[in-house]
Amino acid sequence: MKHLSKTDKSTFILVAILALLAPFILNPFPEGSAMAQFNAGYPDLMQRFAIFGILAIGFNILFGLTGYLSFGHAAFLGVGSYSAVWMFKLLSMNIVPAIILSVIVAGVFSLLIGFICLRRSGIYFSILTLMFAQMSYSLAYSVLTPLTNGETGLQVYNDDPQYLMGPNSSEVTNLFGLEMRSTFTLDVGPWAFQFNLGYYVCALFLLLAFYIAIRIFRSPFGLMLRAIKTNQTRLNYTGLNSRPYTLAAFVISGMYAGLAGGLMASMDPLAGAERMYWTASGEIVLMTILGGVGTLLGPVLGAGFIKYFENIFSKINDTVLHTWFSILPDGLENAIVWVLHFFVGKGWHLTLGLLFMMIVIFLPGGLMEGGQKIMNKIRGKKKNDKDGGAKAAATPAE
Amino acid sequence: MDAIFLQILNGLDKGSAYALIALGLTLIFGTLGVVNFAHGALFMIGSFCAVTLSKILTLSTVTLDPTKTDFLGNPLKVKTPYVVEWFGESTGNAMIDWSVPLAILFAIPVMLLLGWVMERGLIKHFYKRPHADQILVTFGLAIVIQEIVKATYGANPIPTPAPDQFVGSYNVGALIGLDASYPYWRMIYFGFSVTIIAAVFSFLKFTTFGMVVRAGMADRETVGMLGINIDKRFTIMFGVAAAVAGLAGVMYTPINSPNYHQGMDFLVLSFVVVVVGGMGSLPGAVLAGFLLGTLESFASMNEVKGFFEALYLPSIDQIIIYLVAIIILLTRPRGLLGRAGVMEE
Amino acid sequence: MSNLTRRGLLKSGAVMGAGLAAPTFFTNMAHAYTNAPTGSSVTLGFNVPQTGPYADEGADELRAYELAVEHLNGGGDGGMMNTFSSKALKGNGILGKKVEFVTGDTQTKSDAARASAKSMIEKDGAVMITGGSSSGVAIAVQGLCQEAGVIFMAGLTHSNDTTGKDKKANGFRHFFNGYMSGAALAPVLEARYGNDRNAYHLTADYTWGWTQQESIQQATEGKGWNTVNNVLTPLATTDFSSYVAPVLNSGADVLVLNHYGGNMINSLTSAVQFGLRDKVVNNKNFEIVVPLYSRLMARGAGENVKGIFGSTNWHWSLTDDGTKAFVKSFGEKYGFPPSQAAHTTYVQTLLYADACERSGTFNPCGVAEALEGFKFDGMGNGPTEYRAEDHQCFKDVLVVKGKENPTSEFDVLEVVEVTPRAQVEYPVDHPMFAGGDLGKCNPGA
Repeated sequence: MKHLSKTDKSTFILVAILALLAPFILNPFPEGSAMAQFNAGYPDLMQRFAIFGILAIGFNILFGLTGYLSFGHAAFLGVGSYSAVWMFKLLSMNIVPAIILSVIVAGVFSLLIGFICLRRSGIYFSILTLMFAQMSYSLAYSVLTPLTNGETGLQVYNDDPQYLMGPNSSEVTNLFGLEMRSTFTLDVGPWAFQFNLGYYVCALFLLLAFYIAIRIFRSPFGLMLRAIKTNQTRLNYTGLNSRPYTLAAFVISGMYAGLAGGLMASMDPLAGAERMYWTASGEIVLMTILGGVGTLLGPVLGAGFIKYFENIFSKINDTVLHTWFSILPDGLENAIVWVLHFFVGKGWHLTLGLLFMMIVIFLPGGLMEGGQKIMNKIRGKKKNDKDGGAKAAATPAE
Repeated sequence: MDAIFLQILNGLDKGSAYALIALGLTLIFGTLGVVNFAHGALFMIGSFCAVTLSKILTLSTVTLDPTKTDFLGNPLKVKTPYVVEWFGESTGNAMIDWSVPLAILFAIPVMLLLGWVMERGLIKHFYKRPHADQILVTFGLAIVIQEIVKATYGANPIPTPAPDQFVGSYNVGALIGLDASYPYWRMIYFGFSVTIIAAVFSFLKFTTFGMVVRAGMADRETVGMLGINIDKRFTIMFGVAAAVAGLAGVMYTPINSPNYHQGMDFLVLSFVVVVVGGMGSLPGAVLAGFLLGTLESFASMNEVKGFFEALYLPSIDQIIIYLVAIIILLTRPRGLLGRAGVMEE
Repeated sequence: MSNLTRRGLLKSGAVMGAGLAAPTFFTNMAHAYTNAPTGSSVTLGFNVPQTGPYADEGADELRAYELAVEHLNGGGDGGMMNTFSSKALKGNGILGKKVEFVTGDTQTKSDAARASAKSMIEKDGAVMITGGSSSGVAIAVQGLCQEAGVIFMAGLTHSNDTTGKDKKANGFRHFFNGYMSGAALAPVLEARYGNDRNAYHLTADYTWGWTQQESIQQATEGKGWNTVNNVLTPLATTDFSSYVAPVLNSGADVLVLNHYGGNMINSLTSAVQFGLRDKVVNNKNFEIVVPLYSRLMARGAGENVKGIFGSTNWHWSLTDDGTKAFVKSFGEKYGFPPSQAAHTTYVQTLLYADACERSGTFNPCGVAEALEGFKFDGMGNGPTEYRAEDHQCFKDVLVVKGKENPTSEFDVLEVVEVTPRAQVEYPVDHPMFAGGDLGKCNPGA
């Protein structure tokens, strides 16, 4: 920690506190109230926030620093999950070997793909990565079924070998006996806060991933990557070969994706091929841009944003809407419900699409810029003269 | 031989759709420098122009037929389209039957207008923004368009058949001494797309307007300095690109029943086609479209699949396009006919 | 210390009153099973595709679920509750508790489906999850429910694996499967098309496609047919022309399309466009067969389905009392007849509720015991049995064909034959279903 600058340290501490207190922060509305629908503080979604946060942080190391836009990052997530589930099938339900293998396999896989794709730049690079991911998806869904279980998704069966499984070993994913699904519930009045072990494992990895990312951003290596983004030709003229640097960034971000995949399988031991489909890769790109490319915190916010909408808005159905507006006169109630029902439940995609557009139109720097604008407004009242300085300080990178 | 001949036809037919979509996409790249992820959605809107027209033509008066009952035992509702009432049985039914070709006339103004609105209202503000922002905003737009269509027409495909005259197939192989029947409508689709492609190329090649656009694609600043309003012309080209995608969609409806997500299904492939053809190259896009279409057709032949299976590469048809595209991109850095410096940074 | 449930705790927490209550550990002693309902209501989770290609099917399933909940709570005309042979349901909810429900979107992706099901279990306290429109999703969610300790009542899933290789003690399937399609279709095909036919299969290249193709091939070969070729088509295919064209000169005189949804519509359209149906091969009319039909999907193929044989789980034009009662209450509420997806989900909800009533508990183990070997009638498929060994329903299967003169947009299929249950039955250890392990029922806590 002592290697971090003051602003980085405070960002890191902020993230740590947020991650630690997520069960409280994400559960602001009392159970049974109309707003409880918007609570996100249940284990599965919190785990997803952390996992996709790791994924987006890793993606940002490649895209945010070097400017290379990979459109096939979901492939690494996929192979990570597959290797983790294979560890569960072959060894035991302990998540440690699973996560280690998923990071290694994703690293090797990304080294291979990166070595080929990084021969090209710009959109040619993007499409090359996209094609590799699509090939992985197609093969995993059909030909590679013995390895991936195809359409159904790879899962653990009762008759799998599981060589390290003792008679007393846990049947569910665990960390040396501590089950990932075990949850401690704290009841405070009408609130119920859930503290899930699996989530805290994910959160710990998120913090680790975040810390490494900060170190990379601030290192000479990170500086080199930024130089590649700024002007690769000029860099090459100085006699430097930039390829090893970009390849290293590519592999690191591939390993982040593998870690995310391994964690995903550790929380829920099933790996489906659609994890590698191009829309999944596109989602990672969207998360990063939405949050703010090249910022440290942005990608995590973007990941949370998209996952929140996917899981919360899709569950609001007409019946829920009717209960919300039941105090209104019938005609008005029906009219409001009729309008809103296009945006929630089966229409949650529409809301997401509209928000994508709005954010990119009004907040060119993504959610991070929105946050900064608010911060500046608050600070601006106090010290207008230092506005410029505050802005620079609040921007961790670029 | 028959089989090979048929697969060539299939390849040209698939290639037609790829080429038309990629042509518009690369036109937008080349003129405006914008990555348009909503281009597939434009193709889809074209298809739904045909659906909409056929819905309009079949707007009906409802009369009750007491002699028959519906599934609940109530008198059956018999629908008579207004056009049948107004124009008589034969003319009215013929109009409904011909709704797909008629939709071309309907789609051209709709697509041009839509393209113009899209460019002026949204894309214009994204010229100077990073490509990532362009992707995000056009992807968002594509989702919104999709969802609106889904809310209106549902998620299931909607059958939109060709006119009766073009149903069935013709033994086109007989012309060169083979036995190979090919569907009428697919031949029409190929002819149609060749016409459109030729029209776009001659428009750019032989008109002053097209000359200026080409000049602008090569060096926008200089053209601007000559006092020519290049932006206005590029806006019109955006409309043209939208119309090309839309027409590809209209004519495609009898081949595959349109559904709201078909744009996304074509999106990845059309980007692959554009990149293989080379960024900013119109002939490249057309060439790559037909090339990959033919490739896909041949890869699905049993003999080819069997050959690759013997090489331990089963189901080669799943990945052949990507494999060949990767090889092309690795041997030719800018695709088949790409220009240096376009979208390479 | 164990998993998942918190609704019950919450209620007890609320009793303690506002302010800071003592932390409550969730322990085995608190409840016997996951999400035991403690209040005056019970929550069911309806997990259906609301986005993606099967969204319309999902919407129809949701309509059926809402209808079922209405009937269970004593609203509406009671629908099939009146014709159901078991009379345990009284229209006062389940076990006296009012039925409430939450909905989610599977997106027809196993990841999203599991996320949605998990949120229903963890956040909303659902005791049962049901729904879905594809086998991949059904198997994924079934596995999740087994781990979490809730009951899964499968929706539309046709793969042999759901109650074969991937069967689970907490999962139950009312829908029929690929084997049954083959067994029901083959005799009808033999009767119509003779027994010296050469079949060419186009098969969707994933698990469901393979299991169906295997089933159909075995059943038709048993009737003397010869299988010329089986070509696997990628799932992402939109234009099947290059797969259909080689059929013309292959010497085959029957084309079997092992496709579903959009794939089926597109491959069938291509086949008809290429004039296959007008062909005469080996002095026989060329025929096309679509083993798994869905009315919603058949509509998308328009004119092309006319006269084409297939099988289906249920159709609204049946004339038994159960079907009539269901079609009436569904039709009056929504204005059009229900699909087979709507039927199977409605029946599954009622069966679950009934099993709870009969066993007197929501405990998955009690419910499973009540469902295992349960024989019933009056649900539209004739006498039906939930086989204890693999949790598959055995009942009559419908052979249908595309109607030549439809009277409305819903009147696409006509029932050709109701294949009796005995003909589609198979032993538990049939090779197509081998390799699975039902395991023990898991109540969660």
